[in-house]
Amino acid sequence: MKAFAALYRALDATTSTLAKQAALQQYLQVAEPADAAWAVYFLAGGKPRQLVPTRLLREIARDAAGLPEWLFAESYDAVGDLAETISLLLPPPTEAAHDLGLSEWMVGHLLPLRKMAPEDLPAVLRAQWALLEAPDRLVYFKLITGSFRVGVSRLQVTQALAATAGLDPKQVAQRLIGYTAIGGQPAAADYVRLIAPANEGETDRLTSGHPYPFFLAHPLALPVTQFDAAIGLPSRWQVEWKWDGIRAQLVRRAGDVWVWSRGEELVIDRYPELRDLGGALPDGTVLDGEIVVWRDGRVQPFAELQKRIGRKTIGPKMLRELPVVLLAYDLLEEDGIDLRARPQQERRARLDDLVARTPHAHLVASPLLTGGDWADLAVQREQARSMGVEGMMLKALDAQYGVGRTKDVGTWWKWKIDPLSIDAVLIYAQRGHGRRASLYSDYTFAVWDAPAGEAPRNLVPFAKAYSGLTDAEMARVDAVIRKTTVETFGPVRSVRPTLVFELGFEGIARSSRHKSGIAVRFPRMLRWREDKPVDEADTLQTLAALLPHSDP
Amino acid sequence: MELIVARPEGLYCTAGDFYIDPWKPVGRAVITHAHSDHARVGHGHYLAQTDSEGTLRARLGADIPLQTLAYGEAIVHNGVQISLHPAGHVLGSAQVRLEHGGRVWVASGDYKLENDGTCAPFEPVRCDTFITESTFGLPIYRWPEQPVLFAEIDAWWRSNAAAGKASVLFCYAFGKAQRILYGVDSTIGPIVVHGAVDPLDAVYRAAGVKLPETLKVTDPGVNSALLKTALVLAPPSAQGTPWIKRFGNYSDGFASGWMQLRGTRRRRGVDKGFVMSDHADWPGLQRAIGATGAERVYVTHGSVAVMVRWLAEQGLDARSFKTEYGNEDDEGSPAATPAEANS
Repeated sequence: MKAFAALYRALDATTSTLAKQAALQQYLQVAEPADAAWAVYFLAGGKPRQLVPTRLLREIARDAAGLPEWLFAESYDAVGDLAETISLLLPPPTEAAHDLGLSEWMVGHLLPLRKMAPEDLPAVLRAQWALLEAPDRLVYFKLITGSFRVGVSRLQVTQALAATAGLDPKQVAQRLIGYTAIGGQPAAADYVRLIAPANEGETDRLTSGHPYPFFLAHPLALPVTQFDAAIGLPSRWQVEWKWDGIRAQLVRRAGDVWVWSRGEELVIDRYPELRDLGGALPDGTVLDGEIVVWRDGRVQPFAELQKRIGRKTIGPKMLRELPVVLLAYDLLEEDGIDLRARPQQERRARLDDLVARTPHAHLVASPLLTGGDWADLAVQREQARSMGVEGMMLKALDAQYGVGRTKDVGTWWKWKIDPLSIDAVLIYAQRGHGRRASLYSDYTFAVWDAPAGEAPRNLVPFAKAYSGLTDAEMARVDAVIRKTTVETFGPVRSVRPTLVFELGFEGIARSSRHKSGIAVRFPRMLRWREDKPVDEADTLQTLAALLPHSDP
Repeated sequence: MELIVARPEGLYCTAGDFYIDPWKPVGRAVITHAHSDHARVGHGHYLAQTDSEGTLRARLGADIPLQTLAYGEAIVHNGVQISLHPAGHVLGSAQVRLEHGGRVWVASGDYKLENDGTCAPFEPVRCDTFITESTFGLPIYRWPEQPVLFAEIDAWWRSNAAAGKASVLFCYAFGKAQRILYGVDSTIGPIVVHGAVDPLDAVYRAAGVKLPETLKVTDPGVNSALLKTALVLAPPSAQGTPWIKRFGNYSDGFASGWMQLRGTRRRRGVDKGFVMSDHADWPGLQRAIGATGAERVYVTHGSVAVMVRWLAEQGLDARSFKTEYGNEDDEGSPAATPAEANS
């Protein structure tokens, strides 16, 4: 545990990718495989199922610290992280510290907490943290709360493993698929398989339901006049719409069907239509595409899909009213053969053949777009908003299907449309988490309910946003919020309206759940309008004017 | 009538007709210490502790009308007895004790309980009413003891020096920098100070505080070979400036009580955060308040609502004063020091 806690602190202390990589490799080189198995699991994003109910953990820690609930809550608001709050509030250890390995901690002490009777937990937990010195406790509590973010990406973990084992990172990425499944219990043998020499560590792909690592696109933010120079003529590119749905791979192998989201989560239970589709495809097929709600031959707003995401069981009414399709845009495996090294163009031709051979109500090939030149495509892109898509995807015709957000074997670009925007007034602020703990960084924005000149008028909240400002701007906004506070409710402050921001968002729809009657998608701050008086901020009417015409 | 009330200009002594650390220009001001949120320009008359004279004149002007008192020395003004007592915050920092009509009030300005060796250590003063700061008024703030803290700083400096890297430590120029100079193991390597730190070192040395020898970057012999093993003390405002570029591939650290939280550490964007404050931590605040024996406590700048509620639950008559302290050049707010160059 000490070694892993030291690794955590080393990763946490630096912003340098090189230093992080060095710390990871150093740890992996000397760690026992059983400990490394868990370290990789957590660092690559794995989470055990909840070990101790949060409410209970909080109560036990609060009692141990001897604090009233309100003061514990105030402390938590300032810190912004439960594990860190607890580790700062507990009295220092009195016993000599023992050092058990990470795996011993997990298997012998932490995982058994799940099955323990609530009345036994206080004594057991107190005895556990008594074994740990104050600096190691943060990691201990993070293992319990499962909020293990330390600024290391899965790609960095993959690279460190590859470097330690002398393997191609792509191979490690493939082996890591499924490794971080929720509730996983990685053991020494699993870690040994991750770093085994090439060909020894491969599982039998033909019978496992594992997807391929997703290939991700890079943003293309250039004026269209520079496209020719930057990326060449459109004739070298496969152009499609950029769909606003859920990225997924459908795996059809060994008579079974799996559907994986980009987060490597199995989502097939939510989309029974796709199980049916998978059954209709030949064995040894893997499709990459986007799950969207599809009605009357067109994609429906993401909000419609969201209604299905939230449900555990999907009833017949939902299947009827919110039918999904897989908008397929890539074929990664055919007849059990991995096609990823074949050029984009060839994979697409094979995909079109497959779709033609196996017509199915829930399978649509993402249409290809053509244009004489980039200017022509830019004009077509203008329709994106009315079509309910986010822009265009440009895929090099000779691109292989890469691993993650890479460009070494081919490139995908996402060419998104500019966001919709509106000038809104900040009316509530809440303290942030993690890096922004103690700072008022999460804001609620409002627009006027009537045009200027009509008195009285009120500000109606319609969106929350917390990204888009620089650290320096956020510190200034934080200072203004503290000075203009009207009321404080726990971590939230209401402020005198003085701050106007241009908010950007990707989509807009009617919503009965919002006070304003309108919901926006991906709101963020585009800029701080220090030049704009509050009275000149936008109104509900200007906001409503942005609604698509099909959504009166 | 209350002996001290909050006025728009600052905390006001009604019977004595003077202010304590006023933030607007007034006729007579008693100054607890020379940090700029407590000591401002434009007052008609200043009263402060003797050791504050150097910093006050350097910051507010050599010719300010300043009267000084030694710790424990008392004067009477308009029938109010005024004396100053060590606050342990920075050189010359004082708690102001006022006695009038049999009542004793103490306004503590900013204070810290641990003796850091660079200023007179905090002395509890018995009183009926105590005015306390609350900068770190949450139980998450507990400072490491001085030897632990300096062992950490020394270890960082030593390992950087061994790797041939300068150790740039950002700290406030007045108080924190001198405390670091006093506490580090100066045998590890040369110590270089920023131009904003140097004049304050001189004031401390003049007051008899033993500080190790320091260099400025402009001194002869200060070259890249020397800098490879140096500890560099610079104010936070130097982060990301051209001045700092001369240290090449340096490691940087930041010394502040806010470094206790992972979020503020990461926001700072430095390699290492050292938890070092010239304010009292939570246990320190509680101990200091208890030691005064005061039944009534006024809480100023910091976690005011939290402290008032907590003290009331402990059976004290707890109230608050709204002040404008705590956002200048010491550690008033975690957001007061954004890392402009990092994001």
